[in-house]
Order: sequence, then structure tokens, then C-alpha cells
Amino acid sequence: MSAISIPAAEGSPGSAPRAAGERAQNRRSRWYRQPTLMAGLVITGLILFLVIAAPLLTSYNPDTQNFAATLQGPSAHHLLGTDQLGRDTWSRLLYGGRTDLRIAFIAVLLPFVIGTIVGSLAGYFGGWVDIVIMRLVDIVVAFPFFVLIIALVFVLGPGERSIYIAITLVGWVSYARIIRGQILVAKRQEYVAAAQSGGLSAVRIMGRHLLPNVISQAIVYALSVDIEQDILAIVTLSYLGLGIQPPAPDWGTMISDGQNFLTTHWQLTTIPGLAVVVTGLGLSLLADGLADLLRLGQS
Amino acid sequence: MAFVIHRLALLVPTVLGVTIITFFMIHLIPGDPARTILGIHATPRAIAILHAQWGLNRPLVDQYWLYMDRLVHGNLGQSLYYGSGVSGLITSRLPVTLWLIIYAALLAVIISVPLAILAASRKDAIRDHAVRVIPLLGLGMPAFWLALILQSQLSVRFRLFPVTGYGTGFAGHLHSMFLPSLTVAIALCPVIVRSLRASMLDVLGADFITTARAKGVPASRLFIRHVLRNAIIPAVTVLGINIGFLIGGTLIVEQVFGLPGVGSLLVQAIFERDFPVVQAVALIFGIMVVMVNLLTDVAYATLDPRVRFDR
Repeated sequence: MSAISIPAAEGSPGSAPRAAGERAQNRRSRWYRQPTLMAGLVITGLILFLVIAAPLLTSYNPDTQNFAATLQGPSAHHLLGTDQLGRDTWSRLLYGGRTDLRIAFIAVLLPFVIGTIVGSLAGYFGGWVDIVIMRLVDIVVAFPFFVLIIALVFVLGPGERSIYIAITLVGWVSYARIIRGQILVAKRQEYVAAAQSGGLSAVRIMGRHLLPNVISQAIVYALSVDIEQDILAIVTLSYLGLGIQPPAPDWGTMISDGQNFLTTHWQLTTIPGLAVVVTGLGLSLLADGLADLLRLGQS
Repeated sequence: MAFVIHRLALLVPTVLGVTIITFFMIHLIPGDPARTILGIHATPRAIAILHAQWGLNRPLVDQYWLYMDRLVHGNLGQSLYYGSGVSGLITSRLPVTLWLIIYAALLAVIISVPLAILAASRKDAIRDHAVRVIPLLGLGMPAFWLALILQSQLSVRFRLFPVTGYGTGFAGHLHSMFLPSLTVAIALCPVIVRSLRASMLDVLGADFITTARAKGVPASRLFIRHVLRNAIIPAVTVLGINIGFLIGGTLIVEQVFGLPGVGSLLVQAIFERDFPVVQAVALIFGIMVVMVNLLTDVAYATLDPRVRFDR
């Protein structure tokens, strides 16, 4: 790392003087120099492109059955072949990913908002507010994630709405923990004391001063680890028949539909599973890369 | 000792909270729970019996009291599908699940330790990056999918393992449950490799390692006698913390491999709309996690005198 420091012309518009160390730091933390982050971005971006552009990439309707062409292998007409009802696998893969990713992205929102608010309250006020909230967190994390999600969707009845409710009831906990931890550290900073002595309200201090400084880690968690976990939950629920209801395409139902033909038509189960794995890998790499970037930015 | 008492005191509200959540599950059922559970063909008499059994017509506090009274007497309710007590069902199936959990944890450690050593022995080398990236594949893999693939290839095609079942005798269990345990272990590996690698790198930076190196201790001996020994405690703790994840992984894997455990009991109960079983299994798993976390914390504090936690 050869950090050549060229002192910025003092007072020149738009360029603040910087220390050499900070420059080196910035160079290292430039996002496109992180191989993990780049790999994650490329994989995730490609998958997002494929599912968003689905109508342009296939001319088949994912739900149209064709009993004259069931269980076919890959061909020029059907890139990945057809399933037991003669539906085009490539088309179902794209539209299935659309369903799963859409639900996963939406499902992250409510837990993020609730967890952030609750975590800020616990971290900022401390005392009994903190005790009550953290006991609540303890109770929710006592349940294995999948067990609680499956049980909740079971009692609420299958379908998209139940998935959102179940993931919200369980998912807010992680955000509450992350934000609380960050706020505990950040509230000892001088700018908070300054804001307090300036007579600003607690809500204003939390919302305008603390949150912008601590929210990045929660955002990284939401965009990577949590979405990945939600995709797995949605796929698992659908596999059990509790998630996306047929005939709507989704990776979980594709895997379970295909499992009866695993010895003869392995691709029906393998391909949607691989789609989940690759999506997960992309998001994991993204998470690692962003976490590295945050660490470099903070140190 | 003070730490153990404090930790035990924290247990009470958590366990109570777990029972409250499983109790409220019945009230999350849309409409009349008894009618929804029994289905549209239920006779009014059957519905009335269920109402009486669960005290659905009484105030909420009474209902909870009734529920707790049952639990304290070891009664987890009646299965609607099997017609027998849920407690008996769970006790008869628990050994299979415990077998699976312990076997999977062992496999996960056996796979993770060499990988972590490989990665930590040369930080930032290609093998370090490879070890950090490849397990990520396991993290995003649906367990049931991996189970199906392993089963169709290794059991059905190559006949290396029984397709389903639990096997008989110790060797039989070991053989039959290899694939299910491997499936669960693969999902767990990334977490263990990551923490083991980090703690090994920590240990490698310590003064006593420099001393050992200066004395000419060979690298293999250094890793096994000095690094691994000190790095394994954090890794075991990670295993304890992830017990919930481990249990969650067993659910559908048990179902796919036809293992008669608590996880497949839950999955079948969902197919049969057997609410009391779902409720009881969630409760048992919740309490199991709380207990394992307690044991992990206490064991950690006992093994490592530096850790006594604040307060």
C-alpha cells in the first residue's frame, strides 16, 4: 500500500484537506476494490435482473399446462424442459424467483422498522424499558426460527399474508438487538450530550442524531442475511404446502413437485434448489463485503 | 456461583414467556379455533368437547391458568390425529431427534476443524478465501433440498446408505443416520468455520505461540497442542448458541429421511392439522433451546475463568 499524499490545496472549493492516513483508508475501503462485495453484487444483480425481466426472457406463461408435452428434457423450445403438467421449467424458474424474492424483500421491511424503533428505545432509555424489551427478545429467540415461523403460519393459515405476519413477529428481534447494541455505544458520544443539553427531545435525538449514525449495520443485515433467511423460510413453507399456493410458481413448490421424479427427471428438483443456493451465495458474499467495508470505514 | 444464580433467575421469565407464546397460538387461529381445527365436517358435539377441553369459553386468564396447570402435570394435550397424549408421542420420538442433533454437531465439528486450520494457517492466502467462500454455499441451501439430492444420489443410485429409517443398534443408527446428520451439519459448518478461524487467528497472535515457535515446535504440533486447544472453547460455544438453528434444521430432514423423530412429528402434524401437537412441539423445542443456552453459558463461565460477565 503506497499512500502518496498530495496535500489538497487549502480552501480550494470542493476539496477538504485530508490526512494521508485517511486517504489510504479511503482507497482501501473503495467498494469496487472488495472482491467479495463485487462478486456478491454481480451474482445478486444478475438474479434480480433475471427475475425482473422475466416477461422478456420467456414467451411461456408459467402456469399454462400442456399435456402433449409433459416431462420433456431441455430443447430449443423449452430451455430447461417441462414438468409433469407440461409447464415450461425455465419460465416457472424465473416467475418463481419473482414471487419468492418479492415476498422476501417486502417481508424484511416491517421487522426492520419495528426492530429499529424498539431497539432504539431499549438502547437510549435503558432501565426498565430495556429490561422489558430484552426479556421479550429472549423469549422470541428461545424458539428455533423455523419452528416458530412454521407453527405461526400453520395457525394463521397458509398464504402470503401469514408469511408477512409470521416473519414480522419473529424477525424484529435481530434488528432490536443490533440497533440497541449500536445505540448503547453511540449515546456516550459527545454530540449526544450536546444535543441533550441543548434541550432536544428524546425522539429528535434518536431520530435525527443517533439513528443516522447507527442504522448502517441494520441495513446491511436486512439486505443480506435477513433476506436470505426469509427466502429459505418462504421456500421451506412452500415445500410444506404452507407458503405460496399452487398453481402460482415458486421455488419451494417446484422442488416438492419434482421430488417424485428425482430418479428420472433430476433437473426438476435440482434446478430450483440451485437457484436458491446461488441467490443465497450472492447475498452472503454481499453481506461479507458490506461488513468488511463498514469495518474499514469505522476503523 | 453468583453468575449461575443470576442466570437461573433470568430463566424464569423466559420460560414463562415461551409458555405464553405457545398458549396464544390458539388465539391466532382465525375464527373459532375449534371449528377451524376440526374442519367443516365437524359435528357440533365435537366442537363443544374441544371448547370444554381447552376452556375456550372462559376468560383468557383462566384459559392460561388451565394450560399451565396441564403443563405442570406433564400433560401436553391430546393429539387429534393419533388420539393419544402428546407427551407420550414426544417422549417416544425424542431419542431419535437427540441422536440426530448430537451426530450432526459432531460431524459439523469434524468437517469444520480441518477447514478452519487450513484457513487460519495462512491468512488471506487463496485457501483462506476458498474456505471462507465455499461454506457460504451451505448457508443458503434449503436443508430439505440437500436432503433430497443426497438421498437420491447416495442412497437410491449408489445404495451406499439406507433410503429411509433409523437403523437398529448403535452401528445401524450410525450408518442410517449419516446422511440426515450430514445434511444438518453442512448448514452448520459455515458458522463454526467462521468462529473457529477467527479464534484461531486470535490465538496465533498470542505471545505464547511466538514463544513456542521460537522454541522450534513443529507447525503440526503447534496447531494441535496449542492453537486448537485454545480455539475450541469459542467454537463449542457457537455450537451451543446455534442450538435453535440446529433443531430447526432437523425438522424437514427427519421428514425426508423418514426418521421417527420430533421434527417429523411436527411436519406430519401440520399435514394432519393436528394443532395440539404443533403447539406442544414448539413449546418443547423452545424450552430445549433455553436449557441448552443456559448450559452453554454456565459451562463457558466455568471453563474460562476470565468470563464471569458483568453484574
